[in-house]
Amino acid sequence: MGVEGIGARVVRKEDKRFITGKGRYTDDHKVAGMMHAAFVRSPHAHAKIKGINKSAAEAMSGVEAVLDGKQLTGDAIGNIICGWMVHSKDGSPMNMGAWSALATETVRYVGDAVCIVIAETLEEAKAAAEAVEVNYDVLDAVVKATDALKDGAPQLHPEAKNNLIFDWEIGEEEATDAAFNKAAKVVELDIRNNRLVPNPMEPRAALVQYDTAEDHLTLHTTSQNPHVARLVLSAFYNVAPEHKLRVIAPDVGGGFGAKIYIYPEEIACLWAAKRLGVSAIKWTADRTEAFLTDAHGRDHVSKAKMAFDKDNKIIGFKIETVANLGAYMSLFSSATPTYLYATLLSGQYNIPTIHANVKTVYTNTVPVDAYRGAGRPEATFLVERMMTKAARELGEDPAELRRKNFIRSFPHQTPVIMNYDTGDFDASLDAAMEAADYKGFAKRRDEAESRGKKRGIGMSCYIEACGIAPSAAVGSLGAGVGLWESAEVRVNPVGTVEILTGSHSHGQGHETTFAQLVSDRFGLPGENVQIVHGDTDKVQFGMGTYGSRSGAVGMSAIVKALDKVEAKAKKIAAHLLEAAEGDIEIKDGEVLVKGTDKKLAWHEVCLGAYTGHNLPEGMEPGLKEGAFYDPANFTFPAGCYICEVEIDPDTGTTEIVQFVAADDFGQIINPMIVEGQVHGGVAQGIGQAMMENAVYDDEGQLISASYMDYQMPRAGDLPSFQVSHQTTPCTTNPLGIKGCGEAGAIGSPPAVINAITDAIGTERFVMPATPHRVWQAINGGEGHDIAGAT
Amino acid sequence: MYETIYARADSVSDAASKMGSAGDGKYISGGMTLLPTMKQRLAAPDALIDLTSIGDMGGVDSSGRSVKIGALATHNEVNSSSALRSACPALADLAGWIGDPAVRYRGTIGGSIANNDPAADYPSAMLALGATIHTNSREISADDFFTGMFETALSDEEIVTGISFNAPEKCSYEKFRNPASRYAMAGVFVAKHADGVRVGVTGASQGGAYRWTEAEDALNANWSPDALDGLAVDEGDMLSDIHATAAYRANLVKVMAKRAVAGAK
Repeated sequence: MGVEGIGARVVRKEDKRFITGKGRYTDDHKVAGMMHAAFVRSPHAHAKIKGINKSAAEAMSGVEAVLDGKQLTGDAIGNIICGWMVHSKDGSPMNMGAWSALATETVRYVGDAVCIVIAETLEEAKAAAEAVEVNYDVLDAVVKATDALKDGAPQLHPEAKNNLIFDWEIGEEEATDAAFNKAAKVVELDIRNNRLVPNPMEPRAALVQYDTAEDHLTLHTTSQNPHVARLVLSAFYNVAPEHKLRVIAPDVGGGFGAKIYIYPEEIACLWAAKRLGVSAIKWTADRTEAFLTDAHGRDHVSKAKMAFDKDNKIIGFKIETVANLGAYMSLFSSATPTYLYATLLSGQYNIPTIHANVKTVYTNTVPVDAYRGAGRPEATFLVERMMTKAARELGEDPAELRRKNFIRSFPHQTPVIMNYDTGDFDASLDAAMEAADYKGFAKRRDEAESRGKKRGIGMSCYIEACGIAPSAAVGSLGAGVGLWESAEVRVNPVGTVEILTGSHSHGQGHETTFAQLVSDRFGLPGENVQIVHGDTDKVQFGMGTYGSRSGAVGMSAIVKALDKVEAKAKKIAAHLLEAAEGDIEIKDGEVLVKGTDKKLAWHEVCLGAYTGHNLPEGMEPGLKEGAFYDPANFTFPAGCYICEVEIDPDTGTTEIVQFVAADDFGQIINPMIVEGQVHGGVAQGIGQAMMENAVYDDEGQLISASYMDYQMPRAGDLPSFQVSHQTTPCTTNPLGIKGCGEAGAIGSPPAVINAITDAIGTERFVMPATPHRVWQAINGGEGHDIAGAT
Repeated sequence: MYETIYARADSVSDAASKMGSAGDGKYISGGMTLLPTMKQRLAAPDALIDLTSIGDMGGVDSSGRSVKIGALATHNEVNSSSALRSACPALADLAGWIGDPAVRYRGTIGGSIANNDPAADYPSAMLALGATIHTNSREISADDFFTGMFETALSDEEIVTGISFNAPEKCSYEKFRNPASRYAMAGVFVAKHADGVRVGVTGASQGGAYRWTEAEDALNANWSPDALDGLAVDEGDMLSDIHATAAYRANLVKVMAKRAVAGAK
């Protein structure tokens, strides 16, 4: 592998600038003449706009303009799109309501943008925004998805009767019902997957520069996929044609899904700059705006039942889920609770028949979309809570019940679309049980009991699908885009290398891991490699980073381009060294003829490619190759997490005393970075399981709209994780990589809740396991908030 | 933040006179509550009168059992005073559990007491220690000083200059943190004085910090955690929000009180 090649623990190159404060985030960019934007937002969850009086605001110092939704739609700025068409089980298309970047007649959630104010300073913009008088006719609001479906509930969009967006199904209902009819035992589970606020460290931001002479816009923004942003901004929102719009996503401080989408603020800033002829406008969300407007995650309620035969083998699984999509359909909101969720309901298990029904619903809350894991955490929580509850009801050890039902033959076709290429679920379960000293738990429980503490252990054997995905397959399921990735490898005349990638790094460490591919291939030091990403003027087109796809898809594209570069370099070397092409080897920065002492330095071959003085007959000069990689399948990371908790029954405080993660990510490029991804993902999963909860009151006010009320996990809340890897290489991509970016957040919540319910001896429990809820559950209550959403 | 005028006072009388000439001014010392509130545009004082340059209003003095702490003493100074730690270790501990290091190096005891946030730690200690609050015009007993949530006996221009108390024989502070904000959701300061036990509770009650007199009576009869077993905290007085029902807070008050008695030294 070499010291900087595949498998090496290379220290992150990008950290030098991040930890010395030299990162350049969108808000760090300042240009001459830059004006500032502030938004007038709805204080009501649901209201008609009867009138807007801007005159006081427009007269204030420094104010350039106050623009509203009617002006925006009047300029033919398109409504915000949902990028994935999902049909109801009756064949009808989803009932999508209109979403204008600035509300025109109706506001549908607290924070819905009504006007954009442009002023010379931020303070002037904010002051003027407060001075805009919007006359509202307040309507009744509904915040819980199950309430929104009821007759007589407030109606959000005329297109969606009873607020139902679609009523979708997957699997075979008849076969599943038949399985339940012959079941020896049926286990039932009611579950809620709590709504989360993504909270990337850097809030969303946009800096628009408008070149009036060229009629050209440049947008610096906090995006995980700047190329897709440019496409959508051009093709659907009409802010400018693609060749007149450059989108740059510079350093971005975390995304977790929330920065996939194109939001009203970027659209409004682009439109305003062009309409007003203003050279530059900046908007940066404050933390309250982040809580109120970043797409939230999860928010499902599900009823599930699983059928077992007399040998405790699963024979059927039936699921009904209601998913809250908020006030509008965000970009991937339709795919997240369907194709990214219900397709994983087979888990690691041989389940002959599955049927899932998913209803998606409008409510007067922030739009809900993909958030780290996107559907797979919801599926895993359901499956793995079910397996543990079933083990308890069937009187089996949770590990043994899982083992009894594991898939062991690959490829494996599940009843819900996915075809698992490879895996070894026993290996991860064994490794996790060994690391957690599962056998010794009873003794530890007794010891804790002697101190008045309740100790519990829980596991979760997750599988997820990432590296989305074959373009033709997702296209047939309704996706509006293909999901390949592009790469270009530019070898400079001096032999240094630039890799241009459509993937985008917002914390993942691409500048390090992508360079490792070059080091591995040519034996060049990582410092000779530069990764270029996040700029539509530099990289031709790409699909961006989400769904743990940069390794499996983005790196595969780089490998394809490297193959082409290597082939051409070998041809040139063979010509120069008068050897057969097949005898050329590139190693440690040298180009050798195998079995001889004939060789050239790497840079000599590269320079030769660019001087063109002595190239093979007919060869074009230069050494630069591009590739598009379209994956043949998803990749299927899988593993086993074991969590052990100790609970103080007097206060309900839960301490995680150990957390073990045993993951199979296939081939690993940089174990240090992969472990970091697991640590971060598990921290987020523990956050969902024990701390984080977006709570709306009945009027649709987000009560948990700051860190005073929304608990984020902190280092002190977490144990030292024990992490290990088992490896079955992915069979469908050239590196054998599976994604690792979301597994921690996908696999951990059920392990935590299985441990807590083990400790307190009741299944009547709703995430997150705050001390209050645990105490309530111990004392015979429901274990839920007095104001819990959904 | 809205525009405001900043003025630095060099004496207590200078501060009071500056406040007198402001329309809707606020005294500021550490600003650990006021500034975030202003940044969120939830407060808009037209003048900030900075007290931190006033001499003779800081420091922690302890001779024998007599303790005097200047209003400008930061939480860090209170936490790290060895004299206080030997006289009244629980108060030093309490200061070390406020906020984070940045807050502890800026926030002051005087500011915390004058603000009387219902989840602030100091008010419970002042009640339990039977402290005297010194102002530029008078001395007020803690029992009379804290009058309700964010309410005190202070008049508009009055400035807290310090606090004093006689250290008890034993004391302890136990706090159950709000899991999100880390403010006290139930904080109980127990002090065993020569003339009786005092119990101050913060974070839990709708009325702000208060003395739990039933617990004091029980502990006067029997200085032991078990003495509280038979008591029930009135849920009707407790706060109820998304983090904790009144029943849970009532439970926490009792659990924290028992732990404080068990840990008193």
